[in-house]
Amino acid sequence: MTNQAPRFWRSIPQRYNLSGTHCTCCNEYFFPPRNLCPNCRRGAHLEDYTFKGTGSVITYTTIYTATEDFERLTPYNLAIIQLDEGPKITGQIVSSSAGVKIGMRVRPVFRILGKEGDKGIIYYGTKFAPLLEPSCSTE
Amino acid sequence: MRSVSIIGVGCTKFGERWDVSLRDMIAEAGVMAIGDAEITGEQIDALYVGNMSAGRFIEQEHIGALIADCAGLSRLHIPSTRVEAACASGGLALRQAVLAVASGYSDIVIAAGVEKMTDVSTGTAADALASAADREWECFFGATFPALYAMMAKLHMRRYGTTKEQMAQVAVKNHHHACMNPIAQYHMEITTDDVFKSPMVADPLHVLDCSPISDGAAALVLAPTEMARRFSEEPIKIVGSAQASDTLALHDRRDLTTLDATVHAGRSAFTQAGIEPRHVDVAEVHDCFTIGEILAIEDLGFVEKGQGGKATEDGMTALGSSLPINTSGGLKACGHPVGATGIKQAYEIVLQLRGKAGKRQVDEAEVGLAHNVGGSGGTALVHIFTR
Repeated sequence: MTNQAPRFWRSIPQRYNLSGTHCTCCNEYFFPPRNLCPNCRRGAHLEDYTFKGTGSVITYTTIYTATEDFERLTPYNLAIIQLDEGPKITGQIVSSSAGVKIGMRVRPVFRILGKEGDKGIIYYGTKFAPLLEPSCSTE
Repeated sequence: MRSVSIIGVGCTKFGERWDVSLRDMIAEAGVMAIGDAEITGEQIDALYVGNMSAGRFIEQEHIGALIADCAGLSRLHIPSTRVEAACASGGLALRQAVLAVASGYSDIVIAAGVEKMTDVSTGTAADALASAADREWECFFGATFPALYAMMAKLHMRRYGTTKEQMAQVAVKNHHHACMNPIAQYHMEITTDDVFKSPMVADPLHVLDCSPISDGAAALVLAPTEMARRFSEEPIKIVGSAQASDTLALHDRRDLTTLDATVHAGRSAFTQAGIEPRHVDVAEVHDCFTIGEILAIEDLGFVEKGQGGKATEDGMTALGSSLPINTSGGLKACGHPVGATGIKQAYEIVLQLRGKAGKRQVDEAEVGLAHNVGGSGGTALVHIFTR
C-alpha cells in the first residue's frame, strides 16, 4: 500500500515493539504515541512507554475478501484488542477463525505484515496470538 | 442566519456507467437541477461539490474548477469548491452550501456530488475507499472497510442479540425499495437466503450486506427561503444542518457499537429544527453495510440502542410502516458513488416531500431526514427537511 520506505521506517519503533506514550497528568496510555493528550492538551506531560502487549479481544472478524496487499493471507482474523494498559488497537490474530472469541486473552508476536513485491521492502510488525495462561504468560 | 430552501434537484442514474465519464455525469445532474429550479447560470453565486477521491479513481484532482467548466459556467468565473469527507463528501457539500446561503454571503448556490468509481479495478477501488480508514494503524495491519463494520456488527450481535437474519432484512428491504426507484443501481428483489448464499466478505457480512461500487452524480439548488417561491412552487426547507467528527480509527472510539458523530450531529440537527425523532416521516440513512442502517436508526434516536435489528425484523423501517428508511434503496441498492451519496439522499427526501416519489411515495410525508457518514464514523452529517 505504501511505496515509501521513510513512511515505514519512521514507525518501526511502534510497529516492532508497541511503543507509545503515557500522560502522567491524567494517567492515560496512548498507542500509537500521541503528541497531544486529548484530556490535558497543552497541560499534558507525555512520556514514552513500551506496552507489555498483552490484552483482550473486544471484537473481531475473519476477512475473506482483502485488498491486493493482503489477498495471499485470506482468510485471516482481524481484531480490536484492548491492551492491559487501556488503549485499543487493531491487529491480526494468528489462529483459526474458530479459535477467536470475544474476551479471549492475547499476546504479541513478531511477524511479516507485508511485502513490496519480490524485491521491495518487507514490512515486519506485531500480530497477536492466543495467550495460554498461565504456562505461556511470561513469554 | 437566514432560512435556506432547496429550489431544484437533479440526479443521474446510479450504477456501472461504463458509457459516461465523471464530466458527463456532473453536467447531466447539474443541468437537471438548474432546469428544475428554472434559474440561469448568471444567477448562481457559488458551487460546492462533494467528491472523495477522483485523484485515485480517475487521476483527476481540481474538481471544483472542473465541474464549473463542465456545467458551461467557466466564462462566468463563479467560485467553485470541492469538499471531501470520504463517503460523507456529498453531505458536507450540502452543509457548506447551506452555510454560504444562511450567512447571507451568497443567494443561489449549487450543492453537488459526484464519483466515478468503475474506471479502476475493484482492488484499486477498494484500496481508495480504505483510505477513509486509518491508513497507518488500521489498513497497515490488514483492515478493510467491510472488516471495520463487521467488527461493529460482531459486537452488536454479542451485546444486543442482533442476528444475521435481521441484518440481511435491511438488504432485502432496501432492494425492494430500489425496485421502485428508476435511478437505482439494482432493480432486483432478493431474499435473506440470497444474502447468506452470497460470498462472505468479512464475517458476519456477506457480499449482499455491502453497498456496491457505483458511478453517479447528483445536484441541488439552494436559495434563501424568502426568495425560494420566486423560483419554485414547491421549495423544501432545510430546518437542520449539523456535522460532527470523531476519531479516524474505529479502535479509538468510546463505544464500538455507537457512532458518536451520528449521535452528536443528530442531536444538533433536531435541536435546530425544534423537532424530535418521532416527528420524522421518512429518512435516508447511511447503510454502506447492513449493520450501518441498524446503528444509524439507533444513534439518530428512532429506536433505543440495541433495538435496531428487532425494529427491522418487525418491519418498522419498510415502506408503508411508521418510519420508512431508505426509500431510494439506500446505499445498498440504489448504489454508492461515494461523493454523490449525500446529495442523492437529499434528492430523495425532496422528491418524497414534494409528493413526487412515484411508487415508493410515503403518504403525506412532511418531515424528512438525511444522514451521511464518512469512513467508519469519523464524520457524520445530518440534515432535516420540511415542506
